[in-house]
Amino acid sequence: MFWTVTLSLLEGFMTTLELFALTLLFAIPLGLIIAFGSMSKFFPLKWLSKTIVWIIRGTPLMLQLIVVFYGPELIGSWIGELGIDLPFFQWLAGMKGLDRFPSVLIAFVINYACYFSEIYRGGIESIPKGQYEACQVLGMTKTQTFFKVVLFQVIKRIVPPMGNEIITLVKDTSLARTIAVYEIIWNAQKFIKNGGLLWPLIYAGAFYLIFNGLLTIIFNKIEKKMDYYKN
Amino acid sequence: MVLAVLEVKELKKSFGKNNVLKGITFSLEKGEVLSVIGSSGSGKTTLLRCINSLEIPDSGQIFADGDTIFDSVSGKKLTKAEKRRNQLNVGLVFQQFNLFPQYNVLQNVTLAMKLQAKERPDYRENKKAILTAIEEKAEDYIAKVNLTDKLLSYPCELSGGQQQRVAIARALALEPKILFFDEPTSALDPELTIEVLKVIKNLKNMGRTMVVVTHEMEFAKNVSDKAIFMADGVIEEMGTPEDVFENPKSEKTRAFLSKSFE
Repeated sequence: MFWTVTLSLLEGFMTTLELFALTLLFAIPLGLIIAFGSMSKFFPLKWLSKTIVWIIRGTPLMLQLIVVFYGPELIGSWIGELGIDLPFFQWLAGMKGLDRFPSVLIAFVINYACYFSEIYRGGIESIPKGQYEACQVLGMTKTQTFFKVVLFQVIKRIVPPMGNEIITLVKDTSLARTIAVYEIIWNAQKFIKNGGLLWPLIYAGAFYLIFNGLLTIIFNKIEKKMDYYKN
Repeated sequence: MVLAVLEVKELKKSFGKNNVLKGITFSLEKGEVLSVIGSSGSGKTTLLRCINSLEIPDSGQIFADGDTIFDSVSGKKLTKAEKRRNQLNVGLVFQQFNLFPQYNVLQNVTLAMKLQAKERPDYRENKKAILTAIEEKAEDYIAKVNLTDKLLSYPCELSGGQQQRVAIARALALEPKILFFDEPTSALDPELTIEVLKVIKNLKNMGRTMVVVTHEMEFAKNVSDKAIFMADGVIEEMGTPEDVFENPKSEKTRAFLSKSFE
């Protein structure tokens, strides 16, 4: 029995890891774009970015999963009821949602990009003005200033809060079961329904714990590596 | 006639309703050292920031080594690249040093030079030779501020005086025609102040053209060829150090000096 449970949990954990890795891959750069948007001097862009961040941070991630998965089809059926006989509206009415896994991934990427963007923004805004001015009088362009001087200092400052957020992401992946993506918790819960076994669920906790332990070690290493200078 | 290396004409700048510079005019010849003194809020720092393009003046003209840095009179527009190039005629050393904390002393000095070298057409072919030349040049300037033994140290491992000397080497390495100092010793302890002032004095002996905003009156008196006393956004007194420090004509200058030498 133990072996069967372990195999099933491992299979679920692969989905968990896949969701985790892909979310990071897309949310880390997307967050930077949103952060630049929030700091933009162009008002509409700033307003748009801030509104998106407000909505995403202000509503439960579980709800966002449901909206991404069921939303397109729901909106399509509403538009269908309007009965407008134009090709564009017919196309909208025929809208189908995405598959389960892509839906979850999109919701996670958007959600985490918003949280990351706020961490980036805090990091970028904490760099003293003098650093930019020094670059300017040395004749550096804005791009050079950002990539050669500012970015590294920002990374050093955001490693601890990013570590925190990334560990939260590992655990948040369990929300994917809301729309029946078979991640580790889903697989563990199967054993409650089918055989009244509770211990697989607790056993699943060990998978998270070990993986987060690994992440903690990695983040400590990164922090140490950047510790060769103090501000 | 000797050509002025720096010319500032009728420079005006205000922040909102606060008129910080109310028409500043002066010039500087090659090899001269100018001290700018005055109480806080008199506009000294703003003047330096305008000349170094950290603030955009409201009106007036600034020419450095014949190149336009700012000109509201002729109405000629400069491109971004031209502005950046002309700006390299002047260099600035900050009160707070503003070294790059993640780079060591050598890297702090070479960074801007290396980035500029990338724009050279022969960069790809001669990359190695160019980079070696840059490092040698940086080491020369670091030697000039007596920090050869700290080449690979990070700013956080240096004293304030050492950091300021690195900042001076960093500015010098770009070979500006005029080097500006914005209260270079105000963030330093008295004993560290001495080492920085010594470096500036050495630069004068090498014939560098410099403008120093300072509260170190003795230093200003002894080292400069020319002194300006600023008050409320205007040049209240200008002349040789003897004129300004020994025989000030204006009442405001006298009051300021008597307070400073108390």
